[in-house]
Amino acid sequence: MIIKLWVNDKKITDEIDGDAILLDFLRDHGCYSVKRGCETSNCGLCTVLMDSKLVLSCSTLVARADGKHVITLEGLQEEAKEFGGFLADQGAEQCGFCSPGLVISVLTMVKELKNPSDREISEYLSGNLCRCSGYMGQLRAIKRYLNQKGAQKNEIS
Amino acid sequence: MRSVNQPVRKKDAMSLVTGQPVYTQDIAPKDCLVVKILRSPYAHALIKEIKTESAMKLSGIECVLTYKDVPDKRFTLAGQTFPEPSPYDRLILDEKVRFIGDAVAIVAGDNEKTVDKALRRIKVKYDILEPILDFRCAKDNEVLIHPEQNWRSLCNVGADNKRNLCASGEEKHGDVDEIIGGCDWIIEQTYHTKANQQVTMETSRTFTYLDETGKLTCVTSTQIPFHVKRILSNALELPESRIRVIKPRIGGGFGAKQTAVTEVYPAIVTVKTGKPALIVYTRRESFIASSPRHENEIKVRIGADKNGIIKGIDMITLSNTGAYGEHGPTTVGLSGHKSLPLYGKVEAYHFRYDVVYTNVMSAGAYRGYGATQGIFALESAVNELAEKMGMDPVQIREINMVREGAVMPAYYGETLNSCALDRCMAKAKEMIGWDEKYPRINLKNGKVRSVGVSMAMQGSGIANVDTAGVLIKVNAAGLYDMKIGATDMGTGCDTILAQIAAECLHCSVDDITVSGVDTDVSPYDSGSYASSTTYVTGNAVVNTCETLVEKIRDKGARQLGCAIEDVEFDGARVYQVDAKESINLKDLTVAVGSDKELSATELFCSPVSPPPFVVGMAEVEIDKETGKIDLIDYVAVVDCGTVINTNLVRLQTEGGIAQGIGMALYEDITYGESGRNFSNSLMQYKIPTRLDVGRIRVGFESSYEPTGPFGAKSIGEVVINTPAPAIANAVFNGVRVKVRELPITAEKIYNGMKQKNI
Repeated sequence: MIIKLWVNDKKITDEIDGDAILLDFLRDHGCYSVKRGCETSNCGLCTVLMDSKLVLSCSTLVARADGKHVITLEGLQEEAKEFGGFLADQGAEQCGFCSPGLVISVLTMVKELKNPSDREISEYLSGNLCRCSGYMGQLRAIKRYLNQKGAQKNEIS
Repeated sequence: MRSVNQPVRKKDAMSLVTGQPVYTQDIAPKDCLVVKILRSPYAHALIKEIKTESAMKLSGIECVLTYKDVPDKRFTLAGQTFPEPSPYDRLILDEKVRFIGDAVAIVAGDNEKTVDKALRRIKVKYDILEPILDFRCAKDNEVLIHPEQNWRSLCNVGADNKRNLCASGEEKHGDVDEIIGGCDWIIEQTYHTKANQQVTMETSRTFTYLDETGKLTCVTSTQIPFHVKRILSNALELPESRIRVIKPRIGGGFGAKQTAVTEVYPAIVTVKTGKPALIVYTRRESFIASSPRHENEIKVRIGADKNGIIKGIDMITLSNTGAYGEHGPTTVGLSGHKSLPLYGKVEAYHFRYDVVYTNVMSAGAYRGYGATQGIFALESAVNELAEKMGMDPVQIREINMVREGAVMPAYYGETLNSCALDRCMAKAKEMIGWDEKYPRINLKNGKVRSVGVSMAMQGSGIANVDTAGVLIKVNAAGLYDMKIGATDMGTGCDTILAQIAAECLHCSVDDITVSGVDTDVSPYDSGSYASSTTYVTGNAVVNTCETLVEKIRDKGARQLGCAIEDVEFDGARVYQVDAKESINLKDLTVAVGSDKELSATELFCSPVSPPPFVVGMAEVEIDKETGKIDLIDYVAVVDCGTVINTNLVRLQTEGGIAQGIGMALYEDITYGESGRNFSNSLMQYKIPTRLDVGRIRVGFESSYEPTGPFGAKSIGEVVINTPAPAIANAVFNGVRVKVRELPITAEKIYNGMKQKNI
């Protein structure tokens, strides 16, 4: 089937199989930040934005993206650098394989949650697994980033 | 210090957080053949017939390989220094399959869909054999997992394939029966730790191709590039000179990639077809056919005098290596060597072990490497001893713990040159508020809050075995290029080693370019495992820098026309101490008429393996009606000697604690009656999310290790060892239920409470 979609604001028209998965499609189109960590929608590594909503690209058919705008971390480089700097200052990226999914989720969370508590942050991001960091360094980075953005007034420990 | 003990950003951090294509699959050529594996549906069987013609006929299929197509020479996939203690018990593909998921055929083709179709077209007839699924019945069973003639064990590890033994042995010091017999308090219990998965976010993956000279080039997500080179040479019967291994960025290791899980498959496809080939393990494959932690059953007998002084320890470990013996003989040793020495007043110990083959997935290396299992058993037994004596479990440790200066008979006779375990205990106690919270506080809502404690140790590399090479040269810009053979797998060793070099060379970390591993280019390093990188490779960096500085001074002195004794190097220039003359490093490097390149390379191998220490304390909340357990707070205080990178050491600690929490509370590889692995996805095998880890708080009490780089010891593994015994202790202190088999689930707590009628 023929589909039309926008990937990082670039219009793409392509012929695809009906069962093609968005994750594979995006990697085939050069979006290597999108990673596969499981086949069961558990890990959050493949998270991208589709019409401004977070979706797991491993369990989204490309056909569903027809006519839509898909954004990956390749399309959010400045924002990724800004928040990523906070992760880097904690050493919380560690192996980095889960970073793209986490970063795009945090960038979206900032828009959706006002002054979130630690618990709300952890709940929002509970679908983003990480095996290296134990999550604490990520939380420190997120809180410092939110503070700088004026989006959280919580005390930073 | 300018660079050491600083929170330096990882050199690769910004490329990782912005999602750059730096991992194995990201950089694989687009025309790679897709490689997949047909796997056995039986736990133990002989292949009677295998038909591949129909699969081969599919357009786009390049090759279908079976046991008939591979060399009949056994090898091990374990990443260890030659001669490997792990037995040579594998073929790339074997006529006999030994667990559900064992490789039966390799298929390579143009695209995934066609390869999947080909896999379905391969018809296999099996002679089904009786499997051994209970590791307690494996030794001397009439069913043999490895009866084959060409099975062999290279080292004297007590292996015997005619008894299903991958290893067995014993060690003793003093007469443990006599010492324990004379004790006032004796505890004897059996503990059971399960197989756990490392769950690296990036599963195992490899691509291979022939370079312009026809050399087999293997780009792979590995901790052990130099060992992979030898493993491929063994497996493919190719000379090592025809193999090159490259390590890009790695999405986590934790020991999973200390075994060459995927490398042989695309490698043999490339050798057979001449074409580039890529294998990417699915999460399912990485759950059913990888290299998890060895399941252990450990019997512990402890004797203490009337004052609580622990006099004797008897430990018997039974370890399940599964279908193949990767890391079997060595992990089991650590269950004793890295638990028993925690108790410094022991007069006699006896440590016996068997490692057995069974028909489940083969085990491998996982952070902690046997120490984790031994420490759960010993620390749990010590907690039971304290309870029997009516003693605070912190107090029994305070009076028994090993101290600086001790000679440790159970730790290869090494002397403990650095130890702040006592300070770790005091700080942990203060951080968690032990005296206020021990043993429990009953809440009004039917729940109870309680605390528990454990100590742990590990090593810093393998003494007299691990070897690290470092090469540093001054480049034309007057800055440094450093080549290392150690593998950064997310741990940040490229950065940490640059910090050590910068400290030695009086320059900025940014002045040092670090190149990761390419076996054609990098100096030899046994690999990043056994908590070796900071200590072993770090020492190699220090030695290399010393040699380099001498060369810089020598060349500077000659340029300045004076003796080497008259000059110093301050990081930017060589200057005469008593005169004004100087020459800067850049000018020195490219000085006209110069005859010596400014570069140095050194190897380092340590005669000792100084142990780091941790004290862990857990606070849990248990619902007395249902047994539901929530982790509220976890405190870990670490002595890893001098901290090299204050950020990364904290992250390593928090991450190791979280993995340990998973092992303590959730993670368990379970098999059905036929040997089918039920834990084959993240739905069945749950790792902690950020909602499950409670609060993890870490502190550091540094000792100074005289043999370490700037006083440093290791950090990577020791941090996973305390959560299981500390949480088990907290459960006991809360509801008086002793959980001796991991994981500590609500069901086990509930059933325990029911039996006790709490």
